[in-house]
Amino acid sequence: MDAVVPIADDAKPRLPRGVRLTHSEAQGGFVLLAPERIFKADAIAAEILKRCTGEATFAAIVDDLATTFNAPRERISADVSKLLLGLAEKKLLEL
Amino acid sequence: MTAERPVGVTASETTLHAPLGLLAELTHRCPLGCPYCSNPLALEPRDDELDAATWSRVFQEAAAFGVLHVHLSGGEPGVRRDLVDIAAHAREAGLYTNLITSGVGITTRTMRDLWEAGLDHVQVSIQDADAVSADRIAGYRGAFQRKHALAVEAVRLGLPLTINLVVHRANIERIGAMVDLALGLKASRIEIAHVQYYGWALKNRAALMPTADQVSRAVAEVEELRRKHHGRIVIDAVVPDYHARFPKPCVGGWGRRSLNVTPSGRVLPCHAAESIPGLEFWNVREHSLADIWTNSPAFNAFRGTDFLPEPCATCERRELDFGGCRCQAFLVTGDARATDPVCHLSPHHARIAELAAVQEDKPYDYRRM
Repeated sequence: MDAVVPIADDAKPRLPRGVRLTHSEAQGGFVLLAPERIFKADAIAAEILKRCTGEATFAAIVDDLATTFNAPRERISADVSKLLLGLAEKKLLEL
Repeated sequence: MTAERPVGVTASETTLHAPLGLLAELTHRCPLGCPYCSNPLALEPRDDELDAATWSRVFQEAAAFGVLHVHLSGGEPGVRRDLVDIAAHAREAGLYTNLITSGVGITTRTMRDLWEAGLDHVQVSIQDADAVSADRIAGYRGAFQRKHALAVEAVRLGLPLTINLVVHRANIERIGAMVDLALGLKASRIEIAHVQYYGWALKNRAALMPTADQVSRAVAEVEELRRKHHGRIVIDAVVPDYHARFPKPCVGGWGRRSLNVTPSGRVLPCHAAESIPGLEFWNVREHSLADIWTNSPAFNAFRGTDFLPEPCATCERRELDFGGCRCQAFLVTGDARATDPVCHLSPHHARIAELAAVQEDKPYDYRRM
């Protein structure tokens, strides 16, 4: 990905109605469920998506993750952006 | 997060354990009479239907062994007075819930109750872009208008909507108009489903079968529509069987990705499986769903690809299409183990072309109990 429109700090990402993050013991982890589609979400993606409630801002989500995982903010911001933009393109997330 | 590996959400098919989807046929009662209905000819009577408590148990068992999607279907699920309870049970079990409805039999009030119970998605079919033709195909006057009203209500509540277009000779020249209708309803997904010939559709095959010319025009039109609407709406479409070169990976492989539970609790690998003689099906009244999936003779009858004869046995597509459809192989060749004759490499492929050339303008044998 080259020039990408960054996510605004005050954006409130959320899973739209009809897209659900759920944990399946039998499938061994988190899955993202959508009409006729299923995606595996690794543990980190799950931590990000759990925070996408439509209430927390992008900046707040990044801050929270940086604190929780004791990691550099710029790195977290890049990782989270990449995930969320990818999902938005697939219509699995609203920014 | 100091992990070096990329953060990910990945497409699942190869890494998730089977099965993924459960088709819950809550009833075979339905006010409509569509001549291509995927229910079997021998429709199950009302007094055999599983109650909501049993469905709840089935959903819990399904979730426990890995099922993620449940499709609440029928017949017409809306004729069940306990539909909202059943949907709530599915949600309680953690399943993603999709309601597949004709639109007739679900009131605005029920739609709202379903939404509050946590329903995730709605699918409605459209028989044609024109109301008169649509109602004639459905065998129910007023179906078109009721479907429209239900679709509008679902979207108004914020539910994602899939419109299913069942395509055959009577409507194949109006695919564009039907897609426009779906767009107007603000559907987020369209399925263009050419009729497949089992059960009721098989009975009505000559009345439903499009010509080869109609099919090739339709295939081109759908490709153009997908390009035109890319990014705006997802259009899923598959080339109709009888005009394909290779067979479809039917239900994602026998006993591999999905299962059907009939209204009386019989568990089938696919909706047409009872057309194959000699299969022993188990019932949820007597066995757990996991036991049925793993151990029932019907589910094990054609699992994997080892049973396939040539040309499948050494074909590089063996793990892509699993030799096609067992039911179709049986219906056309008399042998459920044979290569699906839809495949151009099948020794019986010429028979498919013969069947595809038969068009008769005759009244439908409507689906009735």
